[in-house]
Amino acid sequence: MDFNVIIDNFPFLMKGLLTSFQLAFLTIFLSLSLACLIAVGRISNKKYVRYPSAIFVNLLRSNPLILIVFWFFFLVPLITGTPLPAFGSVLIAFVVFFSAYFAEIVRSGIQSVGNMQIKAAQSTGLTYPQTMRLIILPQALRNMLPALVTECVIVFQGTTIAYIIGMREFLHSTSLVAERTIRPIELYLFAALVYLIICFTGTRIATLLEKKE
Amino acid sequence: MNYEFNWSMLLEEPYIDWIIEGLLNTIQLSLMAWCIALTIGIIIGSIRMMKSPILRFIGTFYVEIFRNIPLLVQLFIWFFVFPLLLPDNLMRAWNSLDGVPFLTALIGLSLFTAARVAEQIRSGIKSIPKGQFNAAFSTGLNTFQTYRFIVIPYAFRIMIPAIASEFLTIFKNSALTLTIGVAEITAAATYIESDTFRGIEAYSVASLAYMFTTASVVIFMTWLENILRIPGLIGKK
Repeated sequence: MDFNVIIDNFPFLMKGLLTSFQLAFLTIFLSLSLACLIAVGRISNKKYVRYPSAIFVNLLRSNPLILIVFWFFFLVPLITGTPLPAFGSVLIAFVVFFSAYFAEIVRSGIQSVGNMQIKAAQSTGLTYPQTMRLIILPQALRNMLPALVTECVIVFQGTTIAYIIGMREFLHSTSLVAERTIRPIELYLFAALVYLIICFTGTRIATLLEKKE
Repeated sequence: MNYEFNWSMLLEEPYIDWIIEGLLNTIQLSLMAWCIALTIGIIIGSIRMMKSPILRFIGTFYVEIFRNIPLLVQLFIWFFVFPLLLPDNLMRAWNSLDGVPFLTALIGLSLFTAARVAEQIRSGIKSIPKGQFNAAFSTGLNTFQTYRFIVIPYAFRIMIPAIASEFLTIFKNSALTLTIGVAEITAAATYIESDTFRGIEAYSVASLAYMFTTASVVIFMTWLENILRIPGLIGKK
């Protein structure tokens, strides 16, 4: 084994890792925003809001991420008429897919706070948006924080799937170098180690947050 | 968007064969991987609850390694790296096996999911009141017997929802094995798409297959959960 190949190709590999991080952060930010809307829709008492949100969530949660990526890779150019770059197409698929998972976390976070709090808050004269913002959401956020962090780790692991449609993220960069230098052992083990360190840190944080409660 | 649908082409040869083969591969792979993952997961999960620090360390080590490396990376390691690390004669034997991609996928999926199952088992065992252990020990059961007769049957019923959702996870994760050449249902859909350019029809078949299976498993598990419910536990309607 010769780990010099990693040092030689370090800038190239790190560029891939940066793309992975960009994809993960954009996905988390956008899908979490979308998820809050869906979660509120899921617990709404209006049927025409509740049912579509429930269908959206269950539709996406019963499909594999890779299939959703294929769907958007095929559908987006068909609808817009022009092919999107891989990053855009993957990002849309990821945001749609993970918003369903984040929505379930946000929903159970809101529901964990308890109905009486809403009534108590409203009896002190707060309006519904005020109740949500000042009373429910801060508590809900604290309750769902460990699950949110765990889901962020899953998003980061999920970025490897962008490899399949040829986006130059970390795993793709690794495999390109592995093919070029014919050193698959060193490179794939290196990739595994990098993912392990990043995701282990994430799951550690989630465990600590859980214990703090 | 102008797109002419042609659903009937899905029933034509050879596409119908690809779909059937894909479905069979997906179901076979996920069922087999699920059984292996449950077995290993139960062992690892129990090991993590033992008194011996060495055993506990082994269990934790396994879980942290296998759940923190993305499944795709694990599949690549089993597919590209593992055979290279074998001694020469074993490597030749491995490469001459039939269906190496399927076997690799099976190993990768099982070991990955086993770590997740182990975590579910651990939290299931943790949810058992300490009194149960003490009562079992006081009747003269040893550690193995306590786990075999008291803890696991009890924990198992608490964990049914989690175990069902692990099957669904493995079922969906099996789609990733198309990267190492397993012709499962998502792969079949991509073959049809690249052969006919009919992506909507092809991906619909795959999506429907996943959705149908998910719905069936959820319905079956809800029914099973009702039957196996432990009387007297709080939190059940």
